[in-house]
Amino acid sequence: MMTIRWPLALLFAVLLLLPLGLQDYLLHMAIQILIWGFVYTGWSVMGRFGQVSLGHGAFLGVGAYTTALLWNNFGLVPWIGIPIGVAFAVLLALVIGYPCFRLKVVGHYFALVTLALSQVVLLSIVAARDITGGSLGMTPNSVGQSSWLALQFTSKMHWYFVALAVWAFGLWVWVKVDRGMGRAAMEAVSEDETAAAAVGINVTREKLRVTVISAAMTAFGGALFGQYQMYLNPETLSGIGVSLQIVFAAIAGGMYSLLGPTVGALLTIALTEGLRIGFGTTLIGAANTIYGILLILFIIFMPRGITGFFGAWTKRRAATAAATT
Amino acid sequence: MLQLAGVSAGYGSFQALFDVSLDVGAGEAVGVIGPNGAGKTTLMRVISGMLPVRAGRIDLEGRALAGMPAHRVIGEGIAHVPENRRLFPGLTVEENLRMGAYIPSARQHVRERLEWVYELFPRLKERRDQIAGTLSGGEQQMCAIGRALMSKPKILLMDEPSAGLAPLVVQQVFGLVRRIREEGFTVLIVEQNVQQVLEVVDRAYLLEVGRIRLSGSAEELKNNDFVRQAYMGI
Repeated sequence: MMTIRWPLALLFAVLLLLPLGLQDYLLHMAIQILIWGFVYTGWSVMGRFGQVSLGHGAFLGVGAYTTALLWNNFGLVPWIGIPIGVAFAVLLALVIGYPCFRLKVVGHYFALVTLALSQVVLLSIVAARDITGGSLGMTPNSVGQSSWLALQFTSKMHWYFVALAVWAFGLWVWVKVDRGMGRAAMEAVSEDETAAAAVGINVTREKLRVTVISAAMTAFGGALFGQYQMYLNPETLSGIGVSLQIVFAAIAGGMYSLLGPTVGALLTIALTEGLRIGFGTTLIGAANTIYGILLILFIIFMPRGITGFFGAWTKRRAATAAATT
Repeated sequence: MLQLAGVSAGYGSFQALFDVSLDVGAGEAVGVIGPNGAGKTTLMRVISGMLPVRAGRIDLEGRALAGMPAHRVIGEGIAHVPENRRLFPGLTVEENLRMGAYIPSARQHVRERLEWVYELFPRLKERRDQIAGTLSGGEQQMCAIGRALMSKPKILLMDEPSAGLAPLVVQQVFGLVRRIREEGFTVLIVEQNVQQVLEVVDRAYLLEVGRIRLSGSAEELKNNDFVRQAYMGI
């Protein structure tokens, strides 16, 4: 355990001191990496057990829009709005998950159901344009100053630490799932559902459990991102595009390791920014094409993602070093 | 110990079991024989709660099991060695065995049960860190039986333990069944390999197209003309 704890403690120390030396633009990147890293970690909580959801944008949208709409229309602060948004996402996960898991809708079929779900949420947001602003998006009412109550901050530094705390919480949840008895159960389920049932695992309940955790984290991340951006757009917070981006990042970073999804966030955000700066508006949509190509390459050559690949590589090197001495 | 009375079950509009009644006494080994498609696997699935009962009763030591979900049936003391072993192929032998003690009542005894299974099947101890999917067929069956024993069941259901194995390995597997019997376990075993199974069980039932056609001691069935002609080719 010591071998893992030290680098992690060091990483946290660096992350705590990091904003002191960063200008606003880089801080903005760091905040986005942390928030999306949290969302991708949430996806991998179920993805690592073979529960591939292509519809996490649905939970993102539900979390973000619920929080913002409750604030704008009823003056409910995000401290209440976010839990409600998360609760809605959990409810949605249960409504979709329970029948799927009971009726053994698995693998590709489950992925298709979730894909449809993300699109349904996107269309619902657009259709309810009178209250959500439709495709034009919406802006949470600003209080004009930094306020913990309204969860609005004028300084990026504040946001950095909020995002850092939430991200760290996400890692903690990931570790909890990783160490719990549920992990063994879910690993068994992902290997063979029939065999898992034969040893006494309540397959439906275990699958629902990780799905609910994953949906809740994603909704939380979505709400936070909306608060940070102070602008919600249905295309960036629901639908197929962002859903696939989540899948890409988690797989590319490595969904089987603690920091894999965060590495995925680093990669996607660097890629998006790089393209934006390098090509401006001439290559609109290039990011998705590149994601697609990269995803294929990753699945073929690095199925365990970047972290998984380097983890195995350092292990191999250590083994050869041990063998030669 | 285990009693089925008038059990019917099926899939959708297809009925696979009609009014099946059988019983298994404590310490007994009972076989259910029959051809492909007779409903043998369905019978196992019904008992272990993986398939709902349409009509009839299933009782274990007087407690009604019908309608109980699979994960609770195991807690009642029924362990199921599914058809085709159904190991977790990517997990090691030991991880597979540990999964067998997943139910809460078994969890705190994992260590001792593991020792006990290893004592029973030393081969599994040698292979404890091997990925289960890379074991030979016979060893996989051994691992599947070991996994089922981890929950320390009152009764062990075995679904076609000889399926897909080479003749020599089939012999070994039936040797394992005999060992388990000697340990005092109650066993209900479903098999197509009639000749072999009648060597290890006390009594057997003949299941044909979803109905019990015959029953009797292993000796009686071995000497029954109909069974000899239809299932042993003698």
